[in-house]
Amino acid sequence: MIPAPQDSPWADAAAVPQLRIRNVVKSFDSFAAVDDVSLDIFRGEFFSLLGASGCGKTTLLRMLAGFEFPDRGAVELDGIDLLKLQPYERPVNMMFQSYALFPHMSVAQNIGFGLRSEGLSRDHLEERVANALKLVQLSGFAQRKPNQLSGGQKQRVALARALVKRPKVLLLDEPLSALDKKLREATQFELINIQKQVGVTFIMVTHDQEEAMAMSTRIAVMDKGRVVQVGAPHEIYEYPHSRFVATFIGSINLFEGMAAHGPDGWRVDCAHWGGPLRVAQDLAALDHHQVALGVRPEKIRIAPPDEHLAADNFSDGVVREVAYLGESMLYRVALPSGFLVRVAAPNVGTRFSPGQTVRIGFDAGAGVALDK
Amino acid sequence: MSVSETRKRALGRFLVIAIPFIWLGALFLAPFLIVAKISLSTAAVAIPPYEPLISWAEDGALVLTLHVGNYKLIFSDPVYLIAYASSLRNAAVTVVFTLLLGYPLAYFIATRRENWRAPLLLLVMLPFWTSFLIRIYAWIGILKPNGVINGVLIWLGLIDKPLMILNTNFAVAVGMVYGYLPFMVLPLYAHLEKMDWSLLEAARDLGAKPARVFREVTLPLSAPGIVAGSLLVFIPAVGEYIVPALLGGPDTLTIGATLWNEFFSNRDWPVASTVAVALIALLVAPLLALQHHRAKGVKTMSDKP
Repeated sequence: MIPAPQDSPWADAAAVPQLRIRNVVKSFDSFAAVDDVSLDIFRGEFFSLLGASGCGKTTLLRMLAGFEFPDRGAVELDGIDLLKLQPYERPVNMMFQSYALFPHMSVAQNIGFGLRSEGLSRDHLEERVANALKLVQLSGFAQRKPNQLSGGQKQRVALARALVKRPKVLLLDEPLSALDKKLREATQFELINIQKQVGVTFIMVTHDQEEAMAMSTRIAVMDKGRVVQVGAPHEIYEYPHSRFVATFIGSINLFEGMAAHGPDGWRVDCAHWGGPLRVAQDLAALDHHQVALGVRPEKIRIAPPDEHLAADNFSDGVVREVAYLGESMLYRVALPSGFLVRVAAPNVGTRFSPGQTVRIGFDAGAGVALDK
Repeated sequence: MSVSETRKRALGRFLVIAIPFIWLGALFLAPFLIVAKISLSTAAVAIPPYEPLISWAEDGALVLTLHVGNYKLIFSDPVYLIAYASSLRNAAVTVVFTLLLGYPLAYFIATRRENWRAPLLLLVMLPFWTSFLIRIYAWIGILKPNGVINGVLIWLGLIDKPLMILNTNFAVAVGMVYGYLPFMVLPLYAHLEKMDWSLLEAARDLGAKPARVFREVTLPLSAPGIVAGSLLVFIPAVGEYIVPALLGGPDTLTIGATLWNEFFSNRDWPVASTVAVALIALLVAPLLALQHHRAKGVKTMSDKP
């Protein structure tokens, strides 16, 4: 999903963020779980915190909910200092990874739990609960107990229970991790639709990069308690800032070498490739720096050795391994230097087998130079 | 697997299950039946000191004599009814106070870091390393007129002459609560420890203040632990003998003391047996009702989401 410019408030310098996280630090026993994190999140965003387990994403989410308090830093929501508020006072609700449905209450009681502290009339409360059930398509399930529901149904009750309070921000802790693959894909789209319907800002924690890519307006990639890159999914994928982000999101070939300028423009002299790699990107800032040119496998084309390959960079190689993925073929091609290049080709036309000599190539604009 | 091997396994399984059943049968069921039998007899100056149920009449007839008079007696003589009532009241008081003290204690231990829980539990169980009798005896030293409590109160100048604490129902209550507290704490801890704490976070997240979280989530979810702990305290507390005997006063009448008197002072085994059988009936009826209720409840609410 590539957002249109008017959907990108973060690109507008005048836009006021709804949630400001400023230099937040949280340590457990001298281990910095969250280390100097600052983020601006805008109203109506579907924002993902993405990272491996232990990267601090859940701790950050729990600080927004109020279950943990940062050692330092500030968190402001619509100009209100969230850190002065207890979890039960915050206009923020959370959907738990385990769903945390109250086992001794019916679905309707679970959803109504948060409304009962708001002093609503009985009729009004029942109407809100009924609407929430309708939103998640569980209208007939009001009187069931949680253990009489399937995993997907529990997930929706948890969503309804958190949304019925009409929070300013909804926090989702690995909302899809307990579902099987098929259901997870269907639920991804459902979550996006519901988010659009209610217009609430969603902040999701996930370790699943595909999930984050498919659902988010923006992603913050976290590593060792720090945010290493923030951007829209296509920015993170196409223009990673570092080797870490490049390899964490999807698969990538890293051609290490020295950046230099020549008659044909910028290039990276890569020993593995056996020569210069032409680069369209302006590398003036990285001149004579050791860099890695990152090239995604699907940006590399593969052809029989005798065929003319219209590419800025090309080389011959030998197919070592082939993985048949259905929609695509994944090849590992050995260059003359022995370096293995991953190439993904759509499953049309010629297929190559191990041992076959091939020609691979990619354009100067296909790669991104990484110095970190 | 060969046939003989299958048989061997079946025999092994049978033995494993049979041994505890034989144990219970020989040491619980058989004595209970003997006591039930004695309760239907009358006292006699003999060894054993009761009339046999089965006897030969003069004409050679085999006569089975079942006396129900003992049961009539204990349900009509106020001495027994008062003893039952005061035992039940003592046990109820013990349950209430062990629960009030034990719940926060169990909650505290269950919410500590994992490496702190085992030593704290050990402290709860530590008193078991000394005999119950000796520990209750020690309370005499604390509660008696020139004991620790009175000594401190007089030294502080709060009272001029010792308070009468020992040999009162209050002393019995103190001793019972002290003695039975671990029986309440352990099952409560076991239930609280495996509670899903994210449920409490969810409740707070949904706007519930701590008191409401406790009332509507923590308490209902720990109900099975409360029931287990209460039963574990209540049942032995009803028949408790040592604490009232050592700490109680002349007006402390309990079923345990009544049993003792009937057996050893009056040597009326049949009446003593009747008192014991009636006590068991009194305890079993509510237990069965509870078990029934719980079996129903397990289906709908016990498992976690």
